[in-house]
Amino acid sequence: MNLKNVKNELIGKWASFLCVALVIVLTISIIFFIASKGLAIFFSNHISFSNVFLNTDWFPDRSAAEGGPSFGILPFLAGSIVVSLFAVLLSAPLSIISAFFITEIAPSIGQRFLQPAVELLAGIPSVVYGWIGLSVLVPFIRSTFGGLGVSVLAAGLVLAVMILPTTVSVATDRIKALPNSYKEASYALGSTRWQLIRRVLFPAALPGIMTGLILGLARAFGEALAVQMVLGNVRKIPHSLLDPATTLTSGITMDMGYTAMGSPWNNALWTMALVLLIMSFFFIIIIRLVSKRGVNQ
Amino acid sequence: MNARTADKLATGMFWAGALTVIALLLFLIGYILYHGAKVIDWHFLTSPPTNIAAGGGIGPQIFNSFYLLVLSMLITVPIGLLAGVYMAEYAKNGPLVKIIRTCIETLASLPSIVVGLFGLIIFVNMTGWGYSILAGAFALSVINLPFIVRVTEESITGVQKEYKEGSLALGATKWQTIVKVLLPTAFPGLITGFVISAGRIFGEAAALLYTAGMSSPNLNFSRWLPTYPTSPFNPFRPGETLAVHIWKVNSESLIPDVRAVADGSAAVLIIVVLLFNILARWIGRRMQKRMG
Repeated sequence: MNLKNVKNELIGKWASFLCVALVIVLTISIIFFIASKGLAIFFSNHISFSNVFLNTDWFPDRSAAEGGPSFGILPFLAGSIVVSLFAVLLSAPLSIISAFFITEIAPSIGQRFLQPAVELLAGIPSVVYGWIGLSVLVPFIRSTFGGLGVSVLAAGLVLAVMILPTTVSVATDRIKALPNSYKEASYALGSTRWQLIRRVLFPAALPGIMTGLILGLARAFGEALAVQMVLGNVRKIPHSLLDPATTLTSGITMDMGYTAMGSPWNNALWTMALVLLIMSFFFIIIIRLVSKRGVNQ
Repeated sequence: MNARTADKLATGMFWAGALTVIALLLFLIGYILYHGAKVIDWHFLTSPPTNIAAGGGIGPQIFNSFYLLVLSMLITVPIGLLAGVYMAEYAKNGPLVKIIRTCIETLASLPSIVVGLFGLIIFVNMTGWGYSILAGAFALSVINLPFIVRVTEESITGVQKEYKEGSLALGATKWQTIVKVLLPTAFPGLITGFVISAGRIFGEAAALLYTAGMSSPNLNFSRWLPTYPTSPFNPFRPGETLAVHIWKVNSESLIPDVRAVADGSAAVLIIVVLLFNILARWIGRRMQKRMG
């Protein structure tokens, strides 16, 4: 090896290492900055923990005469949880059916038409989903079920379509990865295809399917603009599917531009961002636990 | 019900599900293109939007979207490519790799609005640039980086072992093997992955609200030098993109023809995303053929 090669070797190795190091630095600084801004409401504004997390009153600009400002983010948190769980519930059956269609029922048709269709669904930008929700779904719900139209139902349906590609692609991969012997043994015992799917493949692929659903849930939880457009942004905990509601992401989107940096109101929004960050860690941990279970089985 | 009937019913259910998804996609695309076609003309595509009157276009927004995309790809591709090379070729299983993987996973699962807020602190406030194209490009890069790293790593590890062994056996150094053998062989996968990621971030909006901003100055397309304040290429000016525009006209605009502007913008957005998709498939197929 001549000197030039040795030099190139070192440069290449170190340049690529620096890029990886940058990924680490980036992650740590995101956590650091969001956390420090997100905790400011407790340490700089001295608002109590329970006043933020156990309180349904969101009146960030209420005057002292009326009881002073209140920063309860519970309506936002409740909205996020309700809407994203509802979306997963709606999209789970269709995504599991689609995944089995691609792997077991009609692989050729599935791979030629259904899989590209699912990929294209993933490519449609979220604001476009929001816009279609607003111009088609909301008027439809208003005229069919009454109410304002902007509702948990509208947001759930929009999100259900948005997360479908995530769940389908993860589930498809996991079902494909199952050993062929499962299938052969099941058919050898004389079972029908439906019995094979229901009794053998579905239970075996369940951890993988769960992973897909949780990834979908995480995506729904963090989605901002599509939800904001169809959910109505009413800062109350919803009581029915036709009620409007709000989410953590909508709260941030709506107010961030209008509040001054460092004000208690602004800091409360950063606390919402911190909650979003913590939730995405929570989802990562759950996914790890679920997929570990799959390996041991 | 006997097992045969149940099997037939179930098969019907699977077909119905699959057809539902395909119908859903056809409806969505058809609806957007149908309504968009009524709005899109040369004037709409090239003229700037209006503040209160009807009849505004989306010219600057289209330009900003592409400019932002190119800038962010210029940042992400070299970094992501090198990081992917490290993960595929240099990383040894150990605590460091575990940390890196956790970081990539964390970045990939961050809600985009959180990335946007991080961008607001760092790229907008700390740098003093204010709402700017460059701040937006960095925010998009943060979103895209984990994806590019993964695509690169997967494409390189997908290269047949014999290629690498052959190169090393001929006396090539590791870096020569990476640059002259592994990367060229992985090229089709890399390009396809990059184009798909470009399509993905073209429609991104939440991360841009508070980085690239929600306004666009009047652009003077005869001033190309990036240092002019009204130059389209000035990276320090705010730059509202198409996706952000759709959101903004719906939530806080005063124009009477919101519906038309949003229909047209959504159609343009979808057409570009479709083109990126077709391009990615076409490149993938063509390259595969050429490489034999």
